[in-house]
Amino acid sequence: MGKIKPDAILKAVRKGKGGILVAHNKITAEKETVRMPDPEIVTLPMLQHIGAPCTPTVKKGDYVAIGQVVGDSDKYVSAPIHASVSGKVIAVQDVKLANGKMAPAVTIESDGERKLFEGIEPPKVTNKGELVKAIRASGLVGLGGAGFPSHVKLNTPEDKDIDTLIVNAAECEPYITVDYRECIENSWNIMSGVFALQELLGFKKVIIAVEDNKPEAIKILKEIADSDIDHGNAVRLMTLKSRYPQGAEKMMVLSATGRKVPEGGLPSDVGCVVMNVASVAFVARYLKTGIPLTSRSVTVSGNCIVNPMNVRVPVGTELQKIIDFCGGFTEQPYKILSGGPMMGTAVTGTDVPLLKSNNAILAFSKNGARIKPERDCIRCGRCHAACPMSLIPTQIEKYASLGDAEALKKLGTSVCMECGSCAYSCPAGKPLVQHMRLAKDVMRKAGIK
Amino acid sequence: MSEKNILTVSASPHTKSPGTVTGIMLDVIISLIPAAFAGVAVFGARAALVIAVCIVSCVLFEFLSRKIMKRSSSIGDLSAVVTGLLLAFNLPVSIPIWMCIVGSLVAIVVVKQMFGGIGHNFANPAITARIVLLVSFASAMTGFSAPGSSGVDTITTATPLSHLSAIDLSGNVSSQMGALLVDGDLPSFFNMLFGVRAGCIGEVCSVALILGAVYLILRGVISIAIPGSYILTVAAFMLIASGFDITFTIYEILGGGLILGAFFMATDYSTSPINTKGKIVFGIGCGILTSVIRLFGSLPEGVSYSILLMNIATPLIEKLTAPAYFGFIKEKKTKKKEEGAA
Repeated sequence: MGKIKPDAILKAVRKGKGGILVAHNKITAEKETVRMPDPEIVTLPMLQHIGAPCTPTVKKGDYVAIGQVVGDSDKYVSAPIHASVSGKVIAVQDVKLANGKMAPAVTIESDGERKLFEGIEPPKVTNKGELVKAIRASGLVGLGGAGFPSHVKLNTPEDKDIDTLIVNAAECEPYITVDYRECIENSWNIMSGVFALQELLGFKKVIIAVEDNKPEAIKILKEIADSDIDHGNAVRLMTLKSRYPQGAEKMMVLSATGRKVPEGGLPSDVGCVVMNVASVAFVARYLKTGIPLTSRSVTVSGNCIVNPMNVRVPVGTELQKIIDFCGGFTEQPYKILSGGPMMGTAVTGTDVPLLKSNNAILAFSKNGARIKPERDCIRCGRCHAACPMSLIPTQIEKYASLGDAEALKKLGTSVCMECGSCAYSCPAGKPLVQHMRLAKDVMRKAGIK
Repeated sequence: MSEKNILTVSASPHTKSPGTVTGIMLDVIISLIPAAFAGVAVFGARAALVIAVCIVSCVLFEFLSRKIMKRSSSIGDLSAVVTGLLLAFNLPVSIPIWMCIVGSLVAIVVVKQMFGGIGHNFANPAITARIVLLVSFASAMTGFSAPGSSGVDTITTATPLSHLSAIDLSGNVSSQMGALLVDGDLPSFFNMLFGVRAGCIGEVCSVALILGAVYLILRGVISIAIPGSYILTVAAFMLIASGFDITFTIYEILGGGLILGAFFMATDYSTSPINTKGKIVFGIGCGILTSVIRLFGSLPEGVSYSILLMNIATPLIEKLTAPAYFGFIKEKKTKKKEEGAA
């Protein structure tokens, strides 16, 4: 027998590198973002990001204006919370969040005047240190959904050679169109944000990555990237294949640069910083105006919403208020999600506030949710083929049920990002993401990272 | 949210692909239909009877065993129908009906349900049943009717493979092949393709089988990895053994149960590796075993045995070929993994 190169055959046989094709359902894509009138009451939880929760800095009865700090923390991985309306603080107490957690929150009754806090002025930023400080003060967290404090991301370690900024406009989750609208409506902000970051942090390359199902956004961004203002010619637009989870950080780094983030590592380990496109646009706006993160765009969609659209709302608005603004429900919803259908959280009620990191509110009827009864695994291997991390979800499930943390580590459980590709493709309807989470819990309890 | 409206809460993702287990089994059934028709066309109405008995008894045994074991009924997933079809495909047309029923009992109750049902069996039910029947009722299982002569009392004849195994490989293979073809012992190439030859019901018509296989590959039900590496390995062995005689190699590939086994039996989800590298190792292993049995064993055919043996090796193959996950940090000493488990 001739010499067989296993890798070459594998490449030919295996389609792509994991991931799945999902129906995009971007029904709100061509609708302009509408600004919603301020609600009467906003509730600002002190935990709207990954990291340490904030402590309220105001008390009941205080008057606050838009952009005033109402919660902060002395921990590094944290982001301050700002008032999103002007008015009186009517309560400082624990509230339930969309994911079921309880967190202290500041509730503000709006006076309807939309008064801006007096201390607000554009920050003076001339170097990296000042930028990181300014971004922390702005309260910016990743607007793409994860909610990781942006200043931590931008404060790249000095000992690492960080050469590439990747602006993530992939938006691979179905239904969600906020980033797409951002590209179309705020393209200049995106670009000035890109140039500001490039200048201050010294990136050699900036890659704006968009999925190929957004031709309009590609056109607009390409015009700017090719224009004269990009003097160093460092900014490049990259069109990626529409394949979920293309927008996941590690997949993004791989597609844009061909580098693989090692297990347990961050994009900075391979010289990259990945930022969501809306976050970049916010950076530009903040550097110009100094107004902190107090409102955001959110996609309200799903087959139960009367008038699906993108709405710009103050942070802390009750989900039900936003749904009402979009015409309410066509029928009694079966499932309401905060976030996209692949990675979002199903909420128990719409009486929870919108957080900085929420990019979508989706309401589905029983038909729209598509439920499969769970059956025995037939070992078809589709979960493994779909996994962008090349994990074997069924084996992880098995070892998780046995409580074998050592075996779970060997199987690479910790690199799972819970993108849901495995559970999506499972013909037996197994809740594999749930099993992955249980597996991580087994490892956590055993003290194995 | 108004008071009585209760929302469903579950782990993400909140949308699922349209594929189901039943859908996959239905695809397999569809892919086997051309070969079933070809079998009936070649061997007559009795082939249809054998197929029907196998399917009905498999479904019945599935139903009863689940009932007795107090487990939820699983006949709705159609996997028992697939097992029945494949079992019938692996039987000669003249087989007594009661043996079909015994075969179904072994396949469904002993091999599949006793190990927990779909997805839990470590050996392919249809293949194991065939082997049980083969060792228990050797003469009934190897009494192959000539094409067109259906029934129990018809002329039995040797399969192309038993003619091929009589060839002296140390001599001039092509002249021996020529003699066999001229004498009419071996069917013509056209007849080999379309199944006008002695053999099991479902294995004879290669064209119908390949048609079904293409359908399965296009539908994404099976990957080419196992059948591809399996058939190529057998082809490579046969080419070398025959001193690069193309006719001999083609007859070896088309003459027995290789096409049926490679595309429809070796690709059984439960009993083959799930990662691509493992699939290729599995296929090569099957190919080596089949070739060794055909060339050096006393049996003319070795597809069933080789698939069964590789079924048993599947957990080991999966362990040895486990793919490196994304971002896996290689340790300094990289282990070399040997290909070919045989």
